[in-house]
Amino acid sequence: MSDKDSKETTDRKPSTMDEITGVGTSWGRAMLVPVLALFTALVCGALIIAVSDLDLLSLWKSDPGLAASGTWSKISGAYAAMFRGAFGDLQGWSETLTLAAPLILAGLSVAVGFKAGLFNIGAEGQMVIGGLTAVIIGFSFDLPAIIHVPLSILGGFVGGFIWGAIPGLLRAKTGAHEVITTIMLNFVALNLLTYLLKSSAIQQPGRDDARSKLIQESARLPRLLSFMDDPRLRVHLGILIALVAAGVVYWMLFKTTLGFEIRAVGANPDASRYAGMNVLWLYVAAMGIAGGLAGLAGVNPTLGLQYRATPGFSAAIGFDAIALALLGRSHPLGVVFAGILFGALRSGGQEMQAATGISIDLVLVVGALIVIFIAAPALIRSIYRVKTDDVSVSITKGIA
Amino acid sequence: MVDTTVQAAEAARGERRAHRLGWFYIGLGLFVALVFASTVTGEGDSSFGMVLARDRFADFEIGLGSLRLLPSLVVPAALTNFLIAAVMGFLGARLLTKKALKPSNLTLALVIGLFLFAFLTWAAAGQSFNLASMLRQSVLRSAPLTFGALAGVLSERVAVINIAIEGMLLGGAFTGVIVGSLYGAWPGVLAAIITGGLLAWVLAVLSIKYKVDQIISGVVINIFVLGLTSFLSVQILTQNADLNNSPRIGAWNVPFLSDIPFFGTILFKQNLFVYIMFGLVAVTTYALFFTRWGLRTRAVGEHPKAADTLGVDVYRIRYIGVILGGLVAGFGGAFFTIGQVGRFDENMTGGRGYIALAAMIFGRWHPVGAMSAALVFGFSDAIANKLGILNTPIPSEFLAMAPYIATLIVVAGVVGKSRPPAADGIPYEKQ
Repeated sequence: MSDKDSKETTDRKPSTMDEITGVGTSWGRAMLVPVLALFTALVCGALIIAVSDLDLLSLWKSDPGLAASGTWSKISGAYAAMFRGAFGDLQGWSETLTLAAPLILAGLSVAVGFKAGLFNIGAEGQMVIGGLTAVIIGFSFDLPAIIHVPLSILGGFVGGFIWGAIPGLLRAKTGAHEVITTIMLNFVALNLLTYLLKSSAIQQPGRDDARSKLIQESARLPRLLSFMDDPRLRVHLGILIALVAAGVVYWMLFKTTLGFEIRAVGANPDASRYAGMNVLWLYVAAMGIAGGLAGLAGVNPTLGLQYRATPGFSAAIGFDAIALALLGRSHPLGVVFAGILFGALRSGGQEMQAATGISIDLVLVVGALIVIFIAAPALIRSIYRVKTDDVSVSITKGIA
Repeated sequence: MVDTTVQAAEAARGERRAHRLGWFYIGLGLFVALVFASTVTGEGDSSFGMVLARDRFADFEIGLGSLRLLPSLVVPAALTNFLIAAVMGFLGARLLTKKALKPSNLTLALVIGLFLFAFLTWAAAGQSFNLASMLRQSVLRSAPLTFGALAGVLSERVAVINIAIEGMLLGGAFTGVIVGSLYGAWPGVLAAIITGGLLAWVLAVLSIKYKVDQIISGVVINIFVLGLTSFLSVQILTQNADLNNSPRIGAWNVPFLSDIPFFGTILFKQNLFVYIMFGLVAVTTYALFFTRWGLRTRAVGEHPKAADTLGVDVYRIRYIGVILGGLVAGFGGAFFTIGQVGRFDENMTGGRGYIALAAMIFGRWHPVGAMSAALVFGFSDAIANKLGILNTPIPSEFLAMAPYIATLIVVAGVVGKSRPPAADGIPYEKQ
């Protein structure tokens, strides 16, 4: 961030916090970069679709007109299918919200970390542990649903909390950088999952592959649209959990002492220490809460969709979460919108793959490009020659 | 005055480390004695195959009574492990009692090596398994990790955090196989190297010019490459199988040296990539620590402002370091396709870029250290594959976890602190 640019837009030099949250800027300015980033990423995605069709590519030499129209129809077909799959009808909305729920929760997890000045790359591992804990509670007990569902959800939160608190504790006690420890804990969690799914206490009886027992029906997250009697409408309680969690995180961050202290530590740990805050406890608390939120994200696919744990249930949501938190500028409301956008990309991507045969992996590429453009607003500035607020994020200061 | 306090603090830290290491060695020794030596039951000879069946000296025998060295190393399991435990205890006690003794990395390596051998002796008690073949596998599997870790060292020595190693490996593997299928193995390797360099250039531009948070740019490059290679592999490679069938660069036996029993098998009956790995580690070490470029590189990583004041072009040195690292990582990526199977599969690096990152930290940002760590991780990878044969009670998932847990222990400073270059991760603002 250069001083010159920030002076043009605001009188004071914005702190890191302001840059992440976009505090002190107008809504229009704050939204300009994300919107342009999304647009640019979609254009790049279109280019990738165009060059990945070898037949069309070879057509450019012989008949450019036909090639151009063919490419156009391919790209427009893909994006039309994507939009249809995401928002076209009730099922599209249902699927978008279903997929958005864990994304929002994991995005909140990363956002809480950012607020405390910590970079939580470990949402994936925390999801795994949280989801697995929820499943274990889900199949072990036989309780009425009114108790069983909240208990399993709580289990997910606690599992994630513990897994998240470990890097917080290591950071506070030994200074081990959370980026490294969370990456390592991700792999430990994934290996632990494969091992536990094959252990006799958890594995589905009679199966050789790694999959857990089915949870009790009383632990399933209820479907919100079950009265419409259409099994394709999968949207379940998870999206409400996500929205409530976003509200609670907002309240916690901006209306409580704990939230104030977390933000203070994020802005300046030394000053917070001199002000008498317990930085050790705050790191543990912030990473624990972040882990708990990621654990809730892990509850979504397990208790809401598959009703069991499988090796890939976290589906790399923990990594998309980093993109989400940046896109939503680490503000709970922003994360909710960003989560719905990414949910739409994923659900639209499914439809695109089904309708046009273009692989859903394109969504990953588009997501990565969005983050690049958001993290480097100077790129957007130089492409569109607009003045934007500098929102580049610098939160990590050296590893280990 | 200041100097003496600094020295005193330094000495105190050294002593603390010596103490911690001392207790660590003793703890490991106790563990070996209580677990590996005591739980060996019955006919406790461990037999390690020291040669491969097709080796020149496969039927050569050296031995004394029940102790045999060739063609298999046969040792009494319990006794061996008690001896190893005693050696560990001695090394630990020496560190604790002798005041002025500085803990050396050589001893640490020795203890780790002894521990691994004790583990193998325990696992193979009453059975036989081929040590030579497994160690050869370990070296082979450590090659891509070493290349990745070298990329990390080169990049982080100029203070640019490189999380994108995974993406560079994967990108190199992908373009390598396509160009390899079209034009042959060596052009494929070249393409892989260039791909790694290009990705590193993107990382460099984002983190040096645009001053984007380096971890974010690294993570994003990884997601981008994973998405793009998976997408293109579904869209293009599935329909054009001839694009996904590269000639391979395989094993090459060094004349004469490969005939040495045991060591020749491990080191000189290897893939070409392994020899290049050893060469590259030597060259990087020399370049980083014995040349003017290396001095500047390290200065830029430790104190860019001082380097700048002395007329070193900080940005230029940083670009060079990051891009050199990318070239190395791209080459490492070629190992997955051209060096091994000759075809590309989605996400075929499977997180090895992150293990390489761990190896770099484990190896304290030093090429030789990084390679040693990569060898240990390659070993745990190889043994995880052989565990089925030995039917030990340890699940292979736990061995797969070992590199990550080891890294956690190291970064937490339990076994001596691993310190990154001082300016690591901080963009440089020219004044």
